[in-house]
Amino acid sequence: MAIEVTDQPASQITEAIRVAVPEKGLRQDLRAVSIVWRRELIRFKSDRLRAVTSLIQPVLFLFVLGTGLSSLASHGLPPGIDFRTFMYPGVLAMSVLFTAIFSAASIVWDREFGFLREMLVAPVSRAALVIGKCLGGATVATFQGIVFLALAGAAHVPYDPVLFLTVIGELLLLSFTLTAFGVMMAARIKQIQAFMALTQMLVMPLFFLSGALYPLNHLPAWLTVLTRFDPLTYIVYPMRHAVFVHLSVPPLVTAQLTPALTWFGWAVPVWLSIGMVAVMGAVLLGIAIAEFQKTE
Amino acid sequence: MSEPVVQVADLVKRYGDVEAVRGIGFEVQPGETFGFLGPNGAGKSTTIKILCTLADPTSGTARVAGYDVQKQRDTVRRNIGLVFQDPTLDTYLTGEQNLRFHADLYGVPKSQFAPRMRQVLEMVNLWDRRQSAVATYSGGMKRRLEIARGLLHAPRVLFLDEPTVGLDPQTRSGIWEYINDLKKREDITIFLTTHYMDEAENCDRIAIIDHGLIVAIDTPENLKASVGKDRVQITTNDDQAAIRELKEQFGLDAAIHEGMVTFNVENGEQFVPRLFADMTLQIRSVSVHRPSLDDVFMSYTGKTIRDAEATAGDRNRAQVMAFRRGR
Repeated sequence: MAIEVTDQPASQITEAIRVAVPEKGLRQDLRAVSIVWRRELIRFKSDRLRAVTSLIQPVLFLFVLGTGLSSLASHGLPPGIDFRTFMYPGVLAMSVLFTAIFSAASIVWDREFGFLREMLVAPVSRAALVIGKCLGGATVATFQGIVFLALAGAAHVPYDPVLFLTVIGELLLLSFTLTAFGVMMAARIKQIQAFMALTQMLVMPLFFLSGALYPLNHLPAWLTVLTRFDPLTYIVYPMRHAVFVHLSVPPLVTAQLTPALTWFGWAVPVWLSIGMVAVMGAVLLGIAIAEFQKTE
Repeated sequence: MSEPVVQVADLVKRYGDVEAVRGIGFEVQPGETFGFLGPNGAGKSTTIKILCTLADPTSGTARVAGYDVQKQRDTVRRNIGLVFQDPTLDTYLTGEQNLRFHADLYGVPKSQFAPRMRQVLEMVNLWDRRQSAVATYSGGMKRRLEIARGLLHAPRVLFLDEPTVGLDPQTRSGIWEYINDLKKREDITIFLTTHYMDEAENCDRIAIIDHGLIVAIDTPENLKASVGKDRVQITTNDDQAAIRELKEQFGLDAAIHEGMVTFNVENGEQFVPRLFADMTLQIRSVSVHRPSLDDVFMSYTGKTIRDAEATAGDRNRAQVMAFRRGR
């Protein structure tokens, strides 16, 4: 497009407006956190396709795989319990898994398209940028989870406000941790193809090892060990626990389907399981911040 | 004279084995438009990255707006505006959203944001398009938006790294209109890099940089005057024979540049008739150029800027690009 001859602007302001940029401080950093976070929301809102496509996979797992397996699985389940109810918390965790890690991928895009540099040269702490990014990813991923939560009834999970609040809180924590994990990787991996390939490689093992599809007791030793290293394990367990507590089933059935998560035979309490996710999130966030502190 | 707004001393930057900047020093005065001129890979972008706190120097010091770029990084950042040669806009956002993002990152007071945004957008004629997604902007509009954004927080120094690279000539001259207009309106120092000779003439002073060293630094007029001679380019049936003959007949050192036999001579227009009279070879074409910055570059480095890019640039730039992508 050709540049038109400079028209004099309609409201001619001859005197440059004096802008006093304040010293660096907590307020500045909070403002930076907020705008980075809001940018994620704006971009998510304008990207409806992403919201729809990232729902496809969990829906497939729950209604195609879950329904297909239910007749087979029903032999191992107490009467009246749908296999999909059992699967639901795990698939719910999966629904945020994709969105959370892919929102971290936007850092790789931002680097490719230069916008990352606009952020990195700003007079704000890198920690503020990383925290804003993780909060943004956590918010959109949790939102994605909430959409999937609307399908709870189809898996015979009751629409109970307390249950929903518990689960949403857990999803938020999980999303934050996963986004922090993605941001940490995005600091190192500069090519979008490499990032996508790596996440694809990680997502399925994370899902399969989390106990989303089977109870985590009576497993061979090697598999038991692997499942305990999966961050998703520590959120699927409390979420399933919450679901079964709100079902009107005998305690024996709950105990059978949500067996205690154990470390060397010691039953990990629900609060500690959730705490594990929070600790992992904090550690990953710390590493991600450290990665972005570096200068050439 | 007031304190220089940019002060650089003994600056060196090494990337592994590649020495991108090999010990440069200069000063820029407040209100100046200072140009860094050189081929791709000469060390321009590396220097600008150090001045913008995006890269640490291997050795040497640099102060911008009175602050040390390494020790007072955030203070430097608050006082500078940046327009990079590669775009740094979020094309999913509107022009206004891009500016708002910038204002929040730089802590522009909320009461000042709206009038200042209007001012900078009107300066680059984008006020009417502020609600459109940047993805719908043309290349020239994007660059203008970047300039507006770089000015939003009223920096003391505006860094423009190749502000017109990749734009068509008409858009390029448009961008220069905005930059020159800006100097009239804002109390600002402009530091820019370019490898376009014609653009360097817009600067108050120019530093010519080649292979990581400053080879000359002066006003465009003085640099041109220092060359003195006119540049003559001829094409013949046998260029190598022509070079030999120029040496034997006239004592001129000619070489092939841009595919033509090129040499410098005083009063080129009066020399041409002698050339036709005395040359035994048939001359197919001849052109005479008054000294331009291109000739200045050639007289200081022994090559035209295009030659320099064709040879030295490639490997060097590939290296620098690899590092640049890293951040």
